[in-house]
Amino acid sequence: MTAEKKTVSIYVMGKQSEVPYGVTIMKAMEYAGYRFIRGCGCRGGFCGACGTVYRKPGNFRLKVGLACATMVEDGMHLTQIPFYPANKAVYNLEALEPTLGTLLKYYPEITRCLGCNQCTRICPQELPVMNYIATAQRGDIEATAHQSFDCIMCGLCASRCPAEIVQYNVGILARRLYGRHIAPRAKHLAERVDEIRAGKFDAELDRLMQMSKEELQKLYNARDIEQ
Amino acid sequence: MSIPYFPGCTLHVKAKDLDDSTRAALAALGLELTELPEWTCCGAVFPLAQDNYMGMVAAARILANAAKLGDGRLVTVCSFCYHVLKRVNFAFRNRTEARNKLNEYLEEHYNGEVTLLHPLELIRDDVGFDVLQDRVYRRLKGLKVACYYGCTLSRPAEEMGFGEPENPTIMEELVAALGAEPVGFSWKTKCCGSYQVLNNAALAADRAQAVLEAASRQGAHVIITSCPLCRYNLERLPVGAAGKGESEARLPVLYFTQLLGIALQLPATTLGLDSHYLDALKEARA
Repeated sequence: MTAEKKTVSIYVMGKQSEVPYGVTIMKAMEYAGYRFIRGCGCRGGFCGACGTVYRKPGNFRLKVGLACATMVEDGMHLTQIPFYPANKAVYNLEALEPTLGTLLKYYPEITRCLGCNQCTRICPQELPVMNYIATAQRGDIEATAHQSFDCIMCGLCASRCPAEIVQYNVGILARRLYGRHIAPRAKHLAERVDEIRAGKFDAELDRLMQMSKEELQKLYNARDIEQ
Repeated sequence: MSIPYFPGCTLHVKAKDLDDSTRAALAALGLELTELPEWTCCGAVFPLAQDNYMGMVAAARILANAAKLGDGRLVTVCSFCYHVLKRVNFAFRNRTEARNKLNEYLEEHYNGEVTLLHPLELIRDDVGFDVLQDRVYRRLKGLKVACYYGCTLSRPAEEMGFGEPENPTIMEELVAALGAEPVGFSWKTKCCGSYQVLNNAALAADRAQAVLEAASRQGAHVIITSCPLCRYNLERLPVGAAGKGESEARLPVLYFTQLLGIALQLPATTLGLDSHYLDALKEARA
């Protein structure tokens, strides 16, 4: 059995560092002395704050990953792009109509899409980014909402777009329009809100409010846990 | 039989009636269209510079993806989409450098295998105008129709292969099969003003007026087209904007698929037809 390699050599913004093998880019950067004030959030691959681009030796392809969820590899050249300047529209969702006109009013640049597909290639979530911009271009808000659903707003798509589209903001506008104006309202939710308003749970809450800490702890420990 | 279909962006929004009537009319003739599972804008304008490959990438991807469906055909009805896809496909078939560059970029191995078809060609080749003639329930006898091709369907001739570049006749053949009378019409392949409507609306309005008047002079009751932009310019622009006064007869402008649908007695709702068109046509033939 060959001896396990203990460290790898990476290049952070061009500066070489020896870092432990088998750690994430984020851990490796911290090991090398970088301290994150921005560009670091949940450390669990969800928040999208630590978008990172890198290349590996002998491969022209630009790769991406979240620094908190991507392992370092020997010879990796990397830099974080935790934030990308983006046009973020401000709107009153209630007053908007779920139409192509609304998308074009706030993000007219979506019609500049050239179809180069770099946004899809770079997306660390592997979303069909170009496709959801295509559906936005034809006013299919529902498709845009569904196809962009797993977006973590890291902004790497916008960093690659030759048409200067801010895909993730278009996606969230579509999801908001869909949620507010297109998706069928949940009947059971409205019924429950009415029940709460009518005071159905007031007595029970009052009872809890009167309980001592010990009684509450006992009740909590004996609660039903969904399997 | 289901055939891969590229609707194009406009047909999802402003020209929904072209999409609806195309699907309905072809379905009535036994030709079912199935929308491509994923598609983008075709680019809308074919790049004027020969080496502007970036402008061809979107159309190239659409064609390469369509080839993977294995049918070998792709149908599209919007004149602009048809124009762009046909010319990019031509480039794949005939221009080695374009083919290599686009395949290299897309990481595909497409060589122009797909045959791009306009519904007019599909009806002619798969149904036959002579057969269509027998399947028309409502003969449009007495209706004079000006077939307006605009500039994108037939030119450049070598690349488009849509008949005589200045005098294509396939739409007239369809009209004749429906029992209507196609009228000769000198402006049928002239430009309606196209995108100039954004830049210089008065210029486009002048063009639209000239088209309408030329059709009117030949006694046409209706103009048909397969282009959403032609229809917009002919129907919506204030003719007389350049101070020429209201055109004496504002002809109704329909998609050819709507006229076909009328002849096949499809419900007006499936053709996206307002009743005022039907009234106008009835009046015209009275």
